[in-house]
Amino acid sequence: MATDWNTLWPVLLDSVGQTLWMVAATLVVGGFLGLLLGIALYITRAGGIVPNRVVHTVLNVVVNIVRPIPFIIFITAIGPVTIAVVGTQLGTGAATFALIAAATFGISRIVEQNLVTIDPGVIEAARAMGASPWRIVTTLLVPEALGPLILGYTFVFVAVVDMSAVAGAIGGGGLGDFAIVYGYQRFDWAVTGVAVAIIVVLVQVAQFTGNRLARRVLRRG
Amino acid sequence: MIRLEEVSKVYKTSTRPALENISVEVDKGEFVFLIGASGSGKSTFLRLLLREEVPSKGRVYVANFDVARMARRRVPRLRQSIGCVFQDFRLLANKTVAENVAFALEVIGKPRHTIRKVVPEVLELVGLEGKAERMPHELSGGEQQRVAIARAFVNRPLMLLADEPTGNLDPDTSQDIMLLLERINRTGTTVLMATHDHSIVDSMRRRVVELDLGRVIRDDARGVYGVGR
Repeated sequence: MATDWNTLWPVLLDSVGQTLWMVAATLVVGGFLGLLLGIALYITRAGGIVPNRVVHTVLNVVVNIVRPIPFIIFITAIGPVTIAVVGTQLGTGAATFALIAAATFGISRIVEQNLVTIDPGVIEAARAMGASPWRIVTTLLVPEALGPLILGYTFVFVAVVDMSAVAGAIGGGGLGDFAIVYGYQRFDWAVTGVAVAIIVVLVQVAQFTGNRLARRVLRRG
Repeated sequence: MIRLEEVSKVYKTSTRPALENISVEVDKGEFVFLIGASGSGKSTFLRLLLREEVPSKGRVYVANFDVARMARRRVPRLRQSIGCVFQDFRLLANKTVAENVAFALEVIGKPRHTIRKVVPEVLELVGLEGKAERMPHELSGGEQQRVAIARAFVNRPLMLLADEPTGNLDPDTSQDIMLLLERINRTGTTVLMATHDHSIVDSMRRRVVELDLGRVIRDDARGVYGVGR
């Protein structure tokens, strides 16, 4: 069976657009929420800037519960919440919501891990000089960890591209959906190959950009 | 400037009080040596002023702050009015001299243009003009301590706490550091210096408060280190 590219091209373009949209929205919104959650985890830990055992334990447990759930299960399990927020459990919007939720928890750990590597002596010095917790976060933690954070977010980008392929399971569209419906289910390896190639290029560009940015920030810092 | 009223401090891990019922008053602009053997309570004394510790009993006042009872969120304000210098300098190894000094202002939210103006001024005051772009490891011990003093003073605090600032320095360099602390004191900044250094205390003839096992055993207006030893 020859592949009918004339009809597939528009679908492929749509799919690329959907993937980019899902990944971008997830990185921006989930990235921001994950940053907040990661900072909260870090500053409330014992010996942190604003130690708070109750808050830390609750956040920690919630993150530990959500994070290990395989995304294909998470995207369906979160269904009721998705319906309440987005209005439907199907489509790109619903998939994006689930992606953002899952990414927030995943990113929070990456943020926390990067913050832990900051020299405690620097934070201690800032506290001794009368820096408020908010100042320490904005003028010290985030700038000091920026280089590693960029690499962390690049890693997350690749993971989100991976996760977004699962969106097809709930009719979310995107390249994963495209590859399965038009490639796998029709035994059309050419289609699957094109989808894979586009994803590979996407990931390479992201990784390259992330590395460049991180190197520039690290050199400056 | 500083007032301790019948202050006691007992640490949870110890039965003997680190400080026992001490009352000390230091006026604005004074230069005071705090002396005593290790374990006499000097560090606890300094930590109480910075609200690193809370007294078990008694009141602590620094400037207008009721240090022991103030809300935690106001503690940064207190610490901004106290500059600290330590025996081991505590400079940030991966920042230049100028960045180390600027850091003290950045973390308390001073605007950039102020920082750009003030940092060279204070580096000149401590005699480090021309070394702004050096890294701490390229400097001698005395120079590193000057950076630390610049960093502690750049915010023009009401008070400078120095914990054994000459402990790692040779006698000549120590003298230079003391001259610098005197110069800072002359600007009206209260200086409280914990030390073991006999010769410095003896040569400066300033007020000496001596602690022993958590009690004030001596408070001389123009003291020397070792009376009756």
